[in-house]
Amino acid sequence: MTYDFFFNLTGSYVWADIIQSLLPLFIFILPFALFAVWLERKVSAHMQDRLGPMRVGKHGWLQTVADIIKLIQKEDIVAENNDKPLFNLAPVLVFVGTYAAFAAIPFSSAYIGSNIDLGVFFIVAVSSFVVAGILMAGWSSNNKYSLLGAMRSAAQIISYEIPTVLVIITIVMITGTLNLGTLSEMQTGHFWNWMIFGGPTFGLTKILLIPFMILAFGIIYTSTLAEVNRTPFDIPEAESELVSGYHTEYSGMKFAMFFLAEYANMFAVSAIVAALFFGGYQSPVGYLGNLFNIPWLVPVEQLFWFTAKGLFFVFVQMWLRWTLPRLRVDQLMQVCWKYLIPLAFVNLIVVGLLTLL
Amino acid sequence: MALKTEQMVLNMGPQHPSTHGVLRLELELEGEIITKVTPHIGYLHRCFEKHTEAMTYPQVIPYTDRMDYLASMYNEFGYAVAVERLLGIQVPERVDFIRVIMGEFQRIASHLVAIGTYGLDIGAFTPFLYCFRDRERILSLFEMTCGARLLYNYIWVGGLSHDLHPDFVRSAKEFVTYFRPKIKELNDLLTNNKIFIDRTANIGILPKETAINYGISGPNLRASGFKWDLRKDDPYSIYNKFDFDIPVGQGSMGTVGDCWDRYYVRILEMEESLKIIEQALEILPEGDVTSAIPKRIKPPVGQVYSRVENPRGELGYFIISNGQVNPFRIKVRGPSFVHLGVMNELCKGHMVADIIAILGSIDIVLGEVDR
Repeated sequence: MTYDFFFNLTGSYVWADIIQSLLPLFIFILPFALFAVWLERKVSAHMQDRLGPMRVGKHGWLQTVADIIKLIQKEDIVAENNDKPLFNLAPVLVFVGTYAAFAAIPFSSAYIGSNIDLGVFFIVAVSSFVVAGILMAGWSSNNKYSLLGAMRSAAQIISYEIPTVLVIITIVMITGTLNLGTLSEMQTGHFWNWMIFGGPTFGLTKILLIPFMILAFGIIYTSTLAEVNRTPFDIPEAESELVSGYHTEYSGMKFAMFFLAEYANMFAVSAIVAALFFGGYQSPVGYLGNLFNIPWLVPVEQLFWFTAKGLFFVFVQMWLRWTLPRLRVDQLMQVCWKYLIPLAFVNLIVVGLLTLL
Repeated sequence: MALKTEQMVLNMGPQHPSTHGVLRLELELEGEIITKVTPHIGYLHRCFEKHTEAMTYPQVIPYTDRMDYLASMYNEFGYAVAVERLLGIQVPERVDFIRVIMGEFQRIASHLVAIGTYGLDIGAFTPFLYCFRDRERILSLFEMTCGARLLYNYIWVGGLSHDLHPDFVRSAKEFVTYFRPKIKELNDLLTNNKIFIDRTANIGILPKETAINYGISGPNLRASGFKWDLRKDDPYSIYNKFDFDIPVGQGSMGTVGDCWDRYYVRILEMEESLKIIEQALEILPEGDVTSAIPKRIKPPVGQVYSRVENPRGELGYFIISNGQVNPFRIKVRGPSFVHLGVMNELCKGHMVADIIAILGSIDIVLGEVDR
């Protein structure tokens, strides 16, 4: 829908394409990252009995902007023995991997960057791209801490992708589609049509599905936490052990790219969870636009609901980060291979049988 | 064909976020498994012992503050007790009571730092700030008493520099009632956290025999299941007047003497310190705190070894006097220095992440290791 609008506006496919693809970056990712960094500081501060940033703007809301300005001004240090091409490419690659995932995220029925039929699959595939960037960063930094951090990170992200994908398959088995837009459309109506409540099925199957859906949600949420390297799985950048992991040697804007990617990624995985289990952009209660018969209001409301759901899960990630200690590398792998993957398999089989009913 | 492999040497510190100061650990790694740990110390060496030889006895006190800067009160306490023994003087009862109150507050403050930074090492940031928030209140009590928050110069040979602030007893009692529920909060947040237990139980086990062989003392020795506390076993000052327990490691989450035990013994000790403070505040006698301070300290020829139970363990002062106004020699037996020696024994076979957990659990202060 938005694409047609831009096409009519500019009269050129090229411009429409460019605008369409830059839209999430400027409308969403950058403001979100600014907001999320501020939110993280405030959330952590209030959980820890302190105020957090208070000086720049009211309650410090401009603090992140000030930080970005500082980071832009900073000297871009590249150490003598770094592998320079890889070192320079790594932050870009990490950011691109994260950014590309936003293409298939359904913000509202009127705006999905690219409404491809393989939506979920695409997101899983491109976000694995990040691993390559992290490994490059760790290797090219020529620093033992960075290398250890990068290797841990790669092992972690690849391992945790398996339970994530198994859960996604579970959902796909019920809905029969990989298209996130269609997935969201299927969960329309009220909140009892959300996948976490058994989805748009009826009768006994629905009731039987609910516990398994909640389990599936638990598995996918845990593994996405690990994929974005958040506590209790923030081992790659465990500052008490590895200083700051693979981005130890980065400074200035290159560091900011990693930082931006981390926050963008936090939202991306939250968005996937919201789209798969919590109705995507669907309102839990119905639309004001439908009530008052204002058609253009519905997509706007959908954008609001989607952002709200995503932000809620981002908040939970922050909450966990400031509450829990972190696991050790081997324990992290144990959680994945000994608990999450077998559970996800059992879940997959049971849900498969239930859908046959 | 076998691949040629070699061990990786990883240099941890001196600028590393979790070495608790400027310690350098040379780690030999087999993958992530540690085969050898060599601590390199001396980055904070300030020649404390040599300095003292050029100073009069009272002038040494500010220097003792700067050894274990998280337990300054107790360093002064130990030094004052040692010199008083050398001089053979008795201090007024009120002085002893105030020293014990300050010493126990210092123990709580020091343990709060130990516990908080330990949480930080394991990755839990919030308990750290909670601990520092509570420690702040103790520091305010110290500030009320002597004007300083970290380095006090409060406990003098034969007495104290000031009497208590008129409001002190009330504020101290307030703190005791405030702090009891906070220990429970800490237990809920950290001690019984599954992840925390996974990270600390059965890690860095220090058996009783090894601990004794290495000369470990204080909470670390008690965590290994050996009930040894100088406040009970070699009483100094007026500790024999109070009723308190000595917590020992039970191995309730893993094995006796693991990191979790060393952590938990500190939590329990804070409760015991609160008990002592409560009792001391109840029966705090009146009196003059400066009356027994000698005008000129010139001990007779002789020597003394006097030891106290510092928050970290046995803090001993060996003082030789040749009858002058300045000591001929002062040797300090510091607990942190001795405890650091056991690192290699504890870390072998563990992973890099565990070394942080182990180092945090033995709770060293580099200011005192290097002196």
